[in-house]
Amino acid sequence: MSMKKASVSKRRREPLTDSQLLMTITIGIFAVMYAAAMIFMGGGFLRTQQFFDLLNDNAALIIISCSLTIVMIGGGINISVGGVIGLTVMACALFLNNSGIQNGPLGILLTLLLALGIGLAFGVLQGFLISYLEIQPFIVTLAGMFLSRGLTTMLSVNPVKVTHEGFLALVKNRLAIPWLGYTAKNGNLIPAKLEIGAVVALLIVVLVYFMLRNAKLGRHIYALGGNQQSALMLGINVKRTRFISYVISGLLSGLAGFVFLMHKPAGNASVAMRSEMDAIAASIIGGTLLTGGVGNVIGTFFGTMILATIQKIIALSPLNESWWQEMANGAMLGLFILLQSVVLSSRKKKARTTS
Amino acid sequence: MQGDAVLTMRGICKSFPGTKALNHVDFTLRKGEIHALMGENGAGKSTLIKVLTGVYEKEEGSIHIEGIEGEAHIHSPQDAQNAGISTVYQEITLCPNLTVAENMFIGRDEEMVVHWKDYEKKAAAILNNLGIPARPRQELSSCSLAVQQMVAIARAVDMNCKVLILDEPTSSLDEKEVEMLFGLMRDLKNRGVGIVFVTHFLEQVYAVSDRITVLRNGELVGEYPVQELPQVELVAKMMGKDLNDMAQLEQLGQKSVPGEETVYEAERLSSSDSKPFNFRIRKGEVNGFTGLLGSGRSESVRAIFGADRVTGGRVKVHGKEVKIAKPHDAMKNGIGYLPEDRKRDGIIADLSVRDNIILAMQVMKGFFHPMRRSDMEKFADEYVKALSIKTASKDTPVGSLSGGNQQKVILARWLLTHPDYLILDEPTRGIDVGTKLEIQKLVLKLAEENMSVTFISSEIEEMLRTCSRLIVMRDRNIVGELTGDELTQAHVMKTIAGGVRQ
Repeated sequence: MSMKKASVSKRRREPLTDSQLLMTITIGIFAVMYAAAMIFMGGGFLRTQQFFDLLNDNAALIIISCSLTIVMIGGGINISVGGVIGLTVMACALFLNNSGIQNGPLGILLTLLLALGIGLAFGVLQGFLISYLEIQPFIVTLAGMFLSRGLTTMLSVNPVKVTHEGFLALVKNRLAIPWLGYTAKNGNLIPAKLEIGAVVALLIVVLVYFMLRNAKLGRHIYALGGNQQSALMLGINVKRTRFISYVISGLLSGLAGFVFLMHKPAGNASVAMRSEMDAIAASIIGGTLLTGGVGNVIGTFFGTMILATIQKIIALSPLNESWWQEMANGAMLGLFILLQSVVLSSRKKKARTTS
Repeated sequence: MQGDAVLTMRGICKSFPGTKALNHVDFTLRKGEIHALMGENGAGKSTLIKVLTGVYEKEEGSIHIEGIEGEAHIHSPQDAQNAGISTVYQEITLCPNLTVAENMFIGRDEEMVVHWKDYEKKAAAILNNLGIPARPRQELSSCSLAVQQMVAIARAVDMNCKVLILDEPTSSLDEKEVEMLFGLMRDLKNRGVGIVFVTHFLEQVYAVSDRITVLRNGELVGEYPVQELPQVELVAKMMGKDLNDMAQLEQLGQKSVPGEETVYEAERLSSSDSKPFNFRIRKGEVNGFTGLLGSGRSESVRAIFGADRVTGGRVKVHGKEVKIAKPHDAMKNGIGYLPEDRKRDGIIADLSVRDNIILAMQVMKGFFHPMRRSDMEKFADEYVKALSIKTASKDTPVGSLSGGNQQKVILARWLLTHPDYLILDEPTRGIDVGTKLEIQKLVLKLAEENMSVTFISSEIEEMLRTCSRLIVMRDRNIVGELTGDELTQAHVMKTIAGGVRQ
């Protein structure tokens, strides 16, 4: 791998692609925003832990944002991801409490499989309807959203708190990184801590990044989103590619549900409510185009972090009301779409005049 | 199978509801030849190619391909590729968001992981070898159309194709780019590839082809070596009639005499895409804008119609100063515009023929005054008949009509509004010879009826036959205006090249 990297950097530079350009803008905005928070708000923002907490609190969102980026690059959409999280969390919580498999790692493993199974089922069903029966993805996944929310409430109207001791013990685990920590007033070194879920989310970002960039499947997804007809003519199995993209999206939603449960071990009918919208926003802010073919999961990661940072800033400021949060998100998204279209159209104009 | 044939199709039949698209058609392609497949729209060229490439299933007949024992079975584009048949379509079928190299290799027996370095090295070698000016890591959308076309060919060639089908590859290229493409075609031919070349440009057929197969109404007319079939005869065979129609046009060629009254006048008109220019047209006059692709001829007429953002200048219609900032203003002033890009700016593919025809009139009336159904039917009937639009019914979606008939529908749309001044931007592009003639005749007839027409075409002969005044453009400026005896091909070329007067 490292040898390949070296040769990559030796190749002649090409101008940034649209995808790379949009991602660069996103990272830049995140950096500016975070730096501003460090300067003006100080306090927690000066510690690595603050950044880690953004990851800890938003691990599930990061995962479903990745899942949305995949389908959006392929020219689709999946708005069932939040519902699948809700259903997975509830089902897993009930399973942990009631299955009778007490405390061993086996119970946890089975719960993980249950989470992935639920995601897989949604992915396969939706993917089949969208790819092979050619039904609009928006409609299919809207139905999936209703279905999953309905199922969640059916499983339990009341919140379900996980009592499984093994799971609760697992959840307490942290990845502690001393050199990123800080020294408290009493002289103790307090290491920066990452939850397991955050580590999983970061792994997923890296995995999806390489899948999209280097795997045959990933490139086919780009081709599909770039021009479906062309993709077909180029010999790509368009239907299967689209199907797999939804299956992956479903699987990741299930995984996100498990990660969510690790962060807050309780099922609730309103868990991850509307998180699909945040995931779409994060993907778009990260430079994914709704029209497909353009996008990058690194950008999506930073898109999620931008949303998370806004949330944190508002929570720590005197404006701590939910509507400020929503308005800030809305403004950010609007600004971004505007920026994207300005940048892309000015590039197009430039390309036209030079050619 | 003949000795050096790479592809033999025998007795191919294919029908669609209501029509027999192919009726026992034979086609033979030899090694290292460029074989033009000619015919008017609806003759069956596209169907034959789609059968060959596995898009359609043939009903009868056999296909033999060199190197394949017995009959070749082609049921999908993948099958065709595997059998060594590659196609480059008019619309570029590559992915604009991927790199040049990736477009050349994606979808072919790949491994699970993409080896970018290999891709780029191989792509660079092929591009180099074929002399294609593209860099492997360039995003495809940053290449010109001609280069994109060539990348598509490079892909096809690298797949070791024995048969390369080029379906209207030149229709969006300018002359220099066409020459580049021809160079590439000749090169491939010398390497033993059999090339099927489909085009509407007769000159191009004679410039590169070795052999011509003519189809008409789904039937084979014949196969001829190119030197044994003069251009006029080719046209006659394609149309299935004598050259009367051509002669008739020559007769009609006494162009209408423009009246004195100025219908439209623009002074230093400019738009976001065009430089300031002056222009006037008189009643009953047919004029043309000519120049190479990108010379600004389309941009100028778009400015007249208000299709791009108008940035300056004064406009008079019938001597009265008016403001034309958007197409609706132009329409209210009696100006109609048939756009260059039929698919993008012209037809609304999913609406019926009837709805497409009445569209402009409905817009003029305003959407709160819907037209009566009976009127709509009447107008549609009238123009379907007057322009002999070939359509199954008025309710047929216009997208399913052939290019020429779609063009007629848009013409009908404007004629229905009875404009004083009609702008036709490339009305004959991509349509068959017969319809081309019809449209030219119609232009002359409209002028006789005192309509002013601006006619733009890439084929200079067409403009020379119809226009009484030609405005020559180069690099977005008007560089000359030709009338009377100056209207010869040589003169036009000279003006385009050198600019006779400013």
